[in-house]
Amino acid sequence: MSLVVDLFMVLLILTSAVWTVLARDRRDAVIAFIVLGLQLSLVWMRLMAVDVALTEAAVGGGATGLVLLRACARLQPVEAEGRLPGLRAQIAAGLLCAGVGVALAAVILAPAAPAPSLAPAVAAHMDEVGLKNPVTVVLLAYRALDTLLEKVVLVLGLIGVWALAPDLFWGGRPASLRAASPSGTLTFLARVLPPVGVLIGVYLVWNGADHPGGTFQGGTVLAAMWLLVMMAGLGELPETRALRLRRLVAVGPALFIAVGLAGFWMADGFLSYPPEYAKPIIVAVEVALALSIAVILGLMVAGPAAKEPER
Amino acid sequence: MTPATLYGLCAAALVAIGLFGLILHPTPLRKVISFNLIGSGTFLFFGIAARRGAAAGFLGDPVPQAMVITGIVVAFAATALAVALLLRMLEAGAPTVDGPPEQPDDLSP
Amino acid sequence: MMADATTPGGGLLVLALMLPAVGMLAIFALGLRHAERIAHATLLAGLAVALAVAVKVGQSGQAMTYLIGGWRPPLGIALQADGLSAVLMVMTAVILCAVGVFARGSFSSPRDGAETRRPFVFWSLFLGLWSALNCAWLARDLFSLFVALELLTFSAVPLVCLDGSRETLRAALRYLLFALAGSVLYLMGTGLIYGAYGTMDIATLHHLTRADWATSLALGLMIVGLMAKAALFPLHLWLPPAHAGAPAAASAVLSALVVKAPFVLILRLWFEVAPQPASTPAGAMLAGLGAASILFCSVMALRQARLKLMIAYSTVAQVGYLFLVFPLVMGSAAVTPWESVGWTGGVLQLVSHAFAKAAMFLAAGLIAEALGHDRIADLGGAAKAVPVTVAAFALAGLSLMGLPPAGGFIAKLMLLTAAVETANWWIAATILAGGILAATYVFRVVGSALAEAPEGAGTTAIARSRELAVLALALIAVALGFLPLQPFDYLAIGRGGMP
Repeated sequence: MSLVVDLFMVLLILTSAVWTVLARDRRDAVIAFIVLGLQLSLVWMRLMAVDVALTEAAVGGGATGLVLLRACARLQPVEAEGRLPGLRAQIAAGLLCAGVGVALAAVILAPAAPAPSLAPAVAAHMDEVGLKNPVTVVLLAYRALDTLLEKVVLVLGLIGVWALAPDLFWGGRPASLRAASPSGTLTFLARVLPPVGVLIGVYLVWNGADHPGGTFQGGTVLAAMWLLVMMAGLGELPETRALRLRRLVAVGPALFIAVGLAGFWMADGFLSYPPEYAKPIIVAVEVALALSIAVILGLMVAGPAAKEPER
Repeated sequence: MTPATLYGLCAAALVAIGLFGLILHPTPLRKVISFNLIGSGTFLFFGIAARRGAAAGFLGDPVPQAMVITGIVVAFAATALAVALLLRMLEAGAPTVDGPPEQPDDLSP
Repeated sequence: MMADATTPGGGLLVLALMLPAVGMLAIFALGLRHAERIAHATLLAGLAVALAVAVKVGQSGQAMTYLIGGWRPPLGIALQADGLSAVLMVMTAVILCAVGVFARGSFSSPRDGAETRRPFVFWSLFLGLWSALNCAWLARDLFSLFVALELLTFSAVPLVCLDGSRETLRAALRYLLFALAGSVLYLMGTGLIYGAYGTMDIATLHHLTRADWATSLALGLMIVGLMAKAALFPLHLWLPPAHAGAPAAASAVLSALVVKAPFVLILRLWFEVAPQPASTPAGAMLAGLGAASILFCSVMALRQARLKLMIAYSTVAQVGYLFLVFPLVMGSAAVTPWESVGWTGGVLQLVSHAFAKAAMFLAAGLIAEALGHDRIADLGGAAKAVPVTVAAFALAGLSLMGLPPAGGFIAKLMLLTAAVETANWWIAATILAGGILAATYVFRVVGSALAEAPEGAGTTAIARSRELAVLALALIAVALGFLPLQPFDYLAIGRGGMP
């Protein structure tokens, strides 16, 4: 029975995917992609990966979708839609891609037996970290280096986006996110939702230690609330030169590195935590990271400075 | 057939569809969207490995799940950078449609 | 070698990774005012760390290992410096230090203390790039290496369009799309590997991988993705406009170091992950594409009117040489690959090209600053205006051509010897032809620079320290030529347990 549901889900996903690629209008393509993101987060639920499902919904569909929609709005009046090349090219590329797809499908159909897994190893050492959400343990203990470096990736990405400001505007505010004429609903939502959203964001971060949720999910919800306020015109984006803003961006990664280095003295080395304090330390790092992520995601959606800095 | 296998095949199809768009679409925005499709399919491969590796009381192997979370965020950052870049090109008056590389007029620093 | 435990002094590897990242965050949080000072302090400290690692590896004759958080792979992540990584770390540190000295002239902060875009972006990404490179040299986990590749992309791409002109923005976007396509293919391969073996740890995989087609598909996807990032023919189209459009200091780093990271990853996959002995047809195909890179892009270099574009095409050609090693290092029963002439020649080519190419791009930058343009035909007077720089360019050129006594000579001679020994005549012929083509394009520039200046051409003065930084790089490229013509034990350190 449930396999029928899954099969239906797969058909929906493939429809969205094909629509994403073949849609004439770029806006339709983006909307199909956002729908696909929501469908995929359901798939992640079916695969029993709740943490991933939350991240996919928040970041994969949500934040990415918002960036793409903003791009459409800016491109629409200026640039003509591109067309796919002629039939012959389509057939050639189609054959190549189908070949890759079939090869990948063949790998999926011939799985290794028994399926290899690190789950037992993860379980065996959970007590040493003291958290109950295994994904959080992997992200902040076993593979903390990846998580740390990926925060550095985000900061570099933000610098990269900012680098695209014209020289004159460096340090100024990004282009306003304010909708042309904020509707009454938007303004209403922007007044009502943020307190709730912030609570949900904090809860997701706090809860992520032991239950599904965590820094990204929480951070993204916080970022979404911030963006909502901006879009309704209830607040303004800060200047990118503001040092307070810069420090908010840096605080999460910096604290993570500091805690990591403190491990040389306090525990068994870089990114290891003293067992009795592991949980409070990890939660503190997660809170700082969530804050930084919220600011970084919001700023990346907002884009580079688009106004001269004020005197 | 288990749900994991079914979604694995779906992932293979997503990769193929995304690859098609990445190769053929002439505009960078559509290429970026196609890249994200390939990414979604790729992440699902990790998800299949995770689900199949369910053991020790976990419903899935948490290690690939953690990797996907990292991967999704990196893909978002890549998308944001690419979009910022193509919007800046638009402002600079350059056609964003792909074509043969332009010969730069002046490369002096 | 299995990474079982952290070795003494392993913490240095963590410092190599984290120091530049901390510097980058400090610049970001404190603003441009302190950027240059932070960058230079980081450069000195990072150089010291790299040298300390290299000395320690040499003294102990064993790889240095650090297990992050004390978690043992496959659950945790290991950093490891073997002989190859140690050489790459020192190479990176020395080149970045020279570029750091050079860049003071182009990216100093304005006196009034206001933050400006170019220096802020340059110095912060410059340090980010260093973290990325050290991560690529040290990480022993396929997924951490993916993160390293992303770090590299995010720091490198914005440097390409630092001047914000239409052409460079276009080049940067094209570079980004290629890099992202490469990343996603690489990631797909790692996902399949995890599905098959349940680990990302290279040392663990070394003993696990089977010669089945699923593994071949996974490795194939990863290698194709890395080929796009290393700009191997025919996936090289993004490189020339990107490397030529960046400011000289950035071009030097991109061409000398950044394209080497994906190649080193291919080496690791080939020799440490793939089931041994690696596939012969695949090796021949990589070498064939390398040969095509050499011939096609050397000819393209000859046809360029702009100095920086010529140098950029030369990069694609010289990276092509690296891919020749795959059929040349088929180990035999008596010799392991690392004891072969081909392996040593390949690594030496990587290192000597890095120094020579960094020197060349920086020299091109100074010549363009002095003359106000970089048209090869009109370089007359350059030798009078910036004699040290033109000399450095010529010395670096020796290495590219493979003429004695430069490092490139020893490298290419070793590759040639290996090609003859393994009866790969077509590779030997390509190496010789590539040398002749390189000589032609280098002499074209030097000849033009030695000509008299045209009437009324003004020149801008260049700080002596910047010229000397360029000369130092070129001299190192030449000095590598005095190494003995034999396999180096140092490059085999840490490979004891490998077949």
